Amino acid sequence: MSAICFYFQVHQPRRIKRYQFFDIGTDHEYFNDAAELDTNNARVLRKVANKSYLPANAVLLENLRYHPEFKVAFSISGIALEQFEEYAPEVIESFQRLVDTGRVEILSETYYHSLSFLESPDEFREQVRMHAQKVKELFGVKPTVFRNTELIYRNDIAEMVADMGYLGMLAEGADHLLDWRKPTFVYHAKNDPTFKLLLKHYKLSDDIAFRFSNKGWEEWPLTAGKFAKWVDAHNGDGHVINLFMDYETFGEHQWEDTGIFNFLRAMPAEVLKHPDNSFVTPTEAFSTYGSVGEIDAPNYVSWADMERDLSAWMSNSIQHDALRAFFELESVVKKSGDPSVLRDWRRLSTSDHFYYMCTKWFQDGDVHAYFNPYESPYEAFIAYMNVLNDLRLRAHTGPDKKRSVWESVSYKARGVLQAIKS
Amino acid sequence: MYGWEFPPHNSGGLGIACYGLAKGLVQEGVDLSFVLPRKYPVSQTGAHMLFADESNPFDGEEAELFASGYINEERLKFLRGQYPELQYGPSLYDEVLRYAALSPLVALRSRPDVIHAHDWLCYPAGIAAKRATGAPLVVHVHATEFDRAGFNQTNPINDIERRGMHEADHILTVSEYTKNIIVNYYDVDPNKVTVVYNGIDSDDKVVVSALEGDMKRLKDAGWGIVLFVGRLTMQKGPDYFLEAAKKVLSRRPQTLFVIAGSGDMERQIIDRAAFLGIGDKVIFTGFKRDKELGRLYQVADLMVMPSVSEPFGLVPLEALLNGTPVIVSKQSGVAEVLRNALKVDFWDIDEMANKIASVLEHPSLRETLATEGGREVRAQAWSKVAQRCMMVYKKLVKSLLHV
Repeated sequence: MSAICFYFQVHQPRRIKRYQFFDIGTDHEYFNDAAELDTNNARVLRKVANKSYLPANAVLLENLRYHPEFKVAFSISGIALEQFEEYAPEVIESFQRLVDTGRVEILSETYYHSLSFLESPDEFREQVRMHAQKVKELFGVKPTVFRNTELIYRNDIAEMVADMGYLGMLAEGADHLLDWRKPTFVYHAKNDPTFKLLLKHYKLSDDIAFRFSNKGWEEWPLTAGKFAKWVDAHNGDGHVINLFMDYETFGEHQWEDTGIFNFLRAMPAEVLKHPDNSFVTPTEAFSTYGSVGEIDAPNYVSWADMERDLSAWMSNSIQHDALRAFFELESVVKKSGDPSVLRDWRRLSTSDHFYYMCTKWFQDGDVHAYFNPYESPYEAFIAYMNVLNDLRLRAHTGPDKKRSVWESVSYKARGVLQAIKS
Repeated sequence: MYGWEFPPHNSGGLGIACYGLAKGLVQEGVDLSFVLPRKYPVSQTGAHMLFADESNPFDGEEAELFASGYINEERLKFLRGQYPELQYGPSLYDEVLRYAALSPLVALRSRPDVIHAHDWLCYPAGIAAKRATGAPLVVHVHATEFDRAGFNQTNPINDIERRGMHEADHILTVSEYTKNIIVNYYDVDPNKVTVVYNGIDSDDKVVVSALEGDMKRLKDAGWGIVLFVGRLTMQKGPDYFLEAAKKVLSRRPQTLFVIAGSGDMERQIIDRAAFLGIGDKVIFTGFKRDKELGRLYQVADLMVMPSVSEPFGLVPLEALLNGTPVIVSKQSGVAEVLRNALKVDFWDIDEMANKIASVLEHPSLRETLATEGGREVRAQAWSKVAQRCMMVYKKLVKSLLHV
């Protein structure tokens, strides 16, 4: 008996434009790059929507219609959702159609896909609440399972999330967490048998997410039939195969011409050929299977890189400095009473900002192994710190009345007003 | 191998590059004869040093004055007036041709498998040696007249460069940037060009004692120090450095801009600093080397190389080796190899000022750039450069045997 638990992460940060030292105190718009650059959020959102989200959603909807057994789960960050509303509302609609089938679960996470858990439990909980509210508003469902930014996990995070009433959460099936154990069972958090965990099967997940189009890989080309055989081989060897990956795998990381959409389209039928195979969502997995053991994670574990730790976001001095400066601002920002200052501060909590400052891969000459919209980690840091300094000024000077009114009207209303003006 | 200048009596990067490469080649087991136009005492590398003209030995100071290929006609006239007893040709070109005339003798004596000539000053000597011995010729482009003066068809240096490149069996350039220039402006077949970046050896680091006196007091009081190292010529972009300084000072008055170098734009740059009203924040130290330069690197929070056109640019590597982070212009060869450096277009004053201010403002940025950049630079040993050259030599010798 093997049940596949598919979970896709959908996230887009609000990338900071090339904000210069001399803009501090004069320019309070940080995310509105309109140039032909990869920091132009509207441009990126529309590009990824067309290459990945829309076609992949179409394939999934087709699969859900043909196969009543097929199920998947998503977590869509709040900051991605609000950008879809602004720049590509048709993406929201296509996700709504998926959720309406009743076989697509939406998971909980921090609204801003943030690293808030590092220093501020209050802010972490607030962002989780904000996200739940947004999901309720757009999809009419209440998330019951949590996944943290980049699958970052530690005992204390599980404790916080359990306190908030969630059934369980997702984490990386890192070797050092599991030791000799297999990721194909349900586990539970340290000292809490009621808070359950699903651990990513990184081998099979990465076969799709990273190796799919690698012609140097001995298994290339990967067909749905071959993949289904690997799934079959797990029969009798566990309950659930957790395939967790970025949703951008489909069409953005693996381009359409690699055959990734055909793979996704053919996969359910191939998997279901074996009568013992099925699909589950995380909530179903938790209610169906009991925990076989406890997971103790005294140190942070993530799904990033070979290290599976936090080094992608906090290893060099500029990352530590930026995180320190960010958290230092929390109390000032919250005391300022200016909603636009608070909102911008939260947008700066997104993990991607710190990821762009990573110099880890930069050393190996492996510059193309990861994506960075900035010329270098240093450019990312400079823009971030300049913006943070402007935000500090705003927080200290208090709310700008004219500005807040403008901020308070919705983006649609703003568009209409703009149209009238011109 | 034909060079023009050599440490300790070099006036610029060409001598340093020749020294580093010679040392690297010897280290890699190459039997190297290094030829210079005239005799004077040189730093030891393990190569056999040969002098085309042994009859007119220089002492140190004269050699230094003579050494640079970058001196202009005016400077040469001055030199000839200064040292009438030396048999300078009537012009720099005559010196270059004189070198070429004497070169076959040296070549025949050392029986090279490959001839390697550095920059236009040595191309005629290289060509003459090739004709005399039949050995294949490699020319090594460290700089072109295009970098120094823009493109001017009637310039005789252009003709010498063009002839050297076309007679060469293979060409080495110090960057892709320079390769593009010679392909586009000298009509060179890109297939006979190999990019060989310059290197630096860790023992080139200057060891200086701790900061003392006034400088330390300034730093403790929160002053930032920004360094420019290079000749004050149009090519090096000192004027862009000043404009960026003006902009930084408008926000961060506690900053000193130190200009280490001399050249034909010196007067103009001093006047400009005064005109911009930042004369008191710009310090001119004149040309510095060795220990003094090392001290400047140590004092500075960062070094800026705003070159308008820079085939390679060794100075940023020196700075990093001494623990100073760097901003380099995108119009430089070194920008191609150095990842842990900030990069700007030389004309983008706003961005240059933004980056200068950011480095001064954030110690973490300074530290990360210096640490990561330092690590990167220490991996660029001259022996690796030598290995790249040897691959080219081997290919040439092999193809000759097969003919």
